[in-house]
Amino acid sequence: MHFTLFISTAVAYALSFALYLVFLNTGKALTGRLGTVLLAAGLITHYFALLERSRGLHTVPYHDLYGSMSLFGWLLALTYLGLELYHRQRSVGALVLPFVLVFFVAAHLAPADKLSPPEAHGPSFALHVTLSILAYSAFALSFVLSLVFLGEERLLRHHKLGNVVWRLPPLELLERMSRSSVLVGLISITIGTALGFLWVDRLSNKYSFYDPKYAITLLVLLLYAVYFWLARTTAWRGARASKLCVFNFLIVFLSFTVVNFYLSHSHRYF
Amino acid sequence: MEIVLVGLNHRTAPVEVRERVSFTVEQARRAAEELRSKGILEETLVLSTCNRSEVYGVPPEASRECAPGLSTFLSEFHSVRMDDLNGSLYHHYDRDAVRHLFRVAAGLDSMMLGEAEILGQVREAYRVAHEQGATGPVLNRLFQGALEVGKRVRSETELGTRPMSVASAGVKLAERIFGKLDERSALVLGAGTISEQVIAQLRDRGIRHLYVMNRSKDRADGLVKQYGGEVLAWGDWERALPVPDIIVSSMAAEEAIVRREIVEQAMQQRSNRALFFMDLGLPRNIDAAVEKLYNVYVYNMDDLTEIVAQNRHARENEIPKADGIVEEHVGKFLSWQASVELVGLVNELRTKMREERAQFIHARVESIKHLTEADRAYVEKMMDELLEGLLLEPAERLRGEKDLRRKIHNVEALRDLFLSNREKP
Repeated sequence: MHFTLFISTAVAYALSFALYLVFLNTGKALTGRLGTVLLAAGLITHYFALLERSRGLHTVPYHDLYGSMSLFGWLLALTYLGLELYHRQRSVGALVLPFVLVFFVAAHLAPADKLSPPEAHGPSFALHVTLSILAYSAFALSFVLSLVFLGEERLLRHHKLGNVVWRLPPLELLERMSRSSVLVGLISITIGTALGFLWVDRLSNKYSFYDPKYAITLLVLLLYAVYFWLARTTAWRGARASKLCVFNFLIVFLSFTVVNFYLSHSHRYF
Repeated sequence: MEIVLVGLNHRTAPVEVRERVSFTVEQARRAAEELRSKGILEETLVLSTCNRSEVYGVPPEASRECAPGLSTFLSEFHSVRMDDLNGSLYHHYDRDAVRHLFRVAAGLDSMMLGEAEILGQVREAYRVAHEQGATGPVLNRLFQGALEVGKRVRSETELGTRPMSVASAGVKLAERIFGKLDERSALVLGAGTISEQVIAQLRDRGIRHLYVMNRSKDRADGLVKQYGGEVLAWGDWERALPVPDIIVSSMAAEEAIVRREIVEQAMQQRSNRALFFMDLGLPRNIDAAVEKLYNVYVYNMDDLTEIVAQNRHARENEIPKADGIVEEHVGKFLSWQASVELVGLVNELRTKMREERAQFIHARVESIKHLTEADRAYVEKMMDELLEGLLLEPAERLRGEKDLRRKIHNVEALRDLFLSNREKP
């Protein structure tokens, strides 16, 4: 990656994080708006960094750890920005940006191009990868939102408001943001998985249908669908649904790490 | 140029005195008109709220003697004996008057620290006086500065952000759970003063549905007539509890009115949607076990009082920051004032030097007979250049002086040394 792009992106994200943090502490609207502007700027430079990275591949950068992590960070930031604009709520920015920054910087520091690309290729495969990582980033976002919800709910229930509670989004808004994020993830993972299975079908002479990755992906899909239903309609709304969301993300994390690294036959690109 | 302020407020005068010296808008207009027509003040503005009555002005002459005249005017205007006002009135001049107004606009001088209403009241008083033509360049600048201070303090500090009453703290807490209340409903149990305060707060926040339940239906009807909503029959819990998101209770009762069983049942009916209780009754109206139910939040009088105390403390911690903003703007105003005075002073000095030069030429140069008219004109021109040069250097140095206090002192010193027998501009 071009060094200038790396520095510009890291600085934009870091400044955006700092401004969101100041906004959380002081509530100054202008600071929050500047945080959003810098996040958008970071997204643009990050996009060009990804573009440069994938120029040789002629597709999204997915076949090494760097590519996946950087793409994950970018999609996380993009999903957050979408949610922020949709729900008009900036207080969570300070809690999401550290993840974006860590993924971006860690991706840059990780070794790249050590592995040969997988046999699958083409636009539908690129879409499968992009949508899957988008789903993971949306689930990560809902994980952060659920943690914030649980923390704030605990403080409210125990009457320990301090200074922070007055600055955080209302509980109900956090729930809605989390559901929106999960909805984005569910749609992405459904389409992404369907496209993935198309490729499995094409390459079935090489890849096993019984790859644990497929099972855990279907499990993730099912768990989030259950969360989405419970959080909207039944007695689970509130802290219980948020706890389920946190649990679900642990499965996603396992899927993204342990399963990919050690168990999967077809997703060992790291 | 001098700014004078005479007034009284909640710290210096009891309500019996304050209410006798307060101004309606019409009275404020009339007072401003009289103060100017009687030559007491050239520019004037009356600021009157429930906690203060203050007259700001710029006297026609630089004299602090106008303050007693203003006090007498207040006494006569309101037909209040001076003896009744003695000890209640305060007088401030220039820097102190500017600082006082800026602190007032910031909410630092309010009974409830950081209250928001005062800024609107200052704005309104300024609008009235400005439209009437009672203000001039000095008060215009002063009050525009005050409005800017008020806005900055509210946006840059937390002085006005935290709720300071039990009612507003409860409603703000409800917003922490539900967000905006315009799609929410509330049930108020009891129809006393505190219930009314909460209802007013809820209405301010745009609560969509309001239900009132009280043992005495007449009082509940009265509240509903005033604030809108619906009266529910006392004790009809099955109908009342499943609907609202916020339940406010301030009943006088020997034991809990709302028991765990009925809340549990209501929560089932409302699919565990969050429910927020404000228990303002003593003894408590809500069964303590209700708090343990899933998605139910209960805050009683002690909890809310504690929050108000924390908020008051948090607001007090913001005072130094707000005072910093006030001092910054006091400095800006005085700097502007000193610049204006400097221009006037330089013009006066120039006029005086020209007069001295004319007298000198008349006395000395006229007697030199061999000088032609052209020579005399040349001598006058050289003397003008010399005097202008002498004047220019100190004027430039004064203008460039960064230390405001030094600048003001130097302006005063120049005036005293060279224009001691003249009035200030």
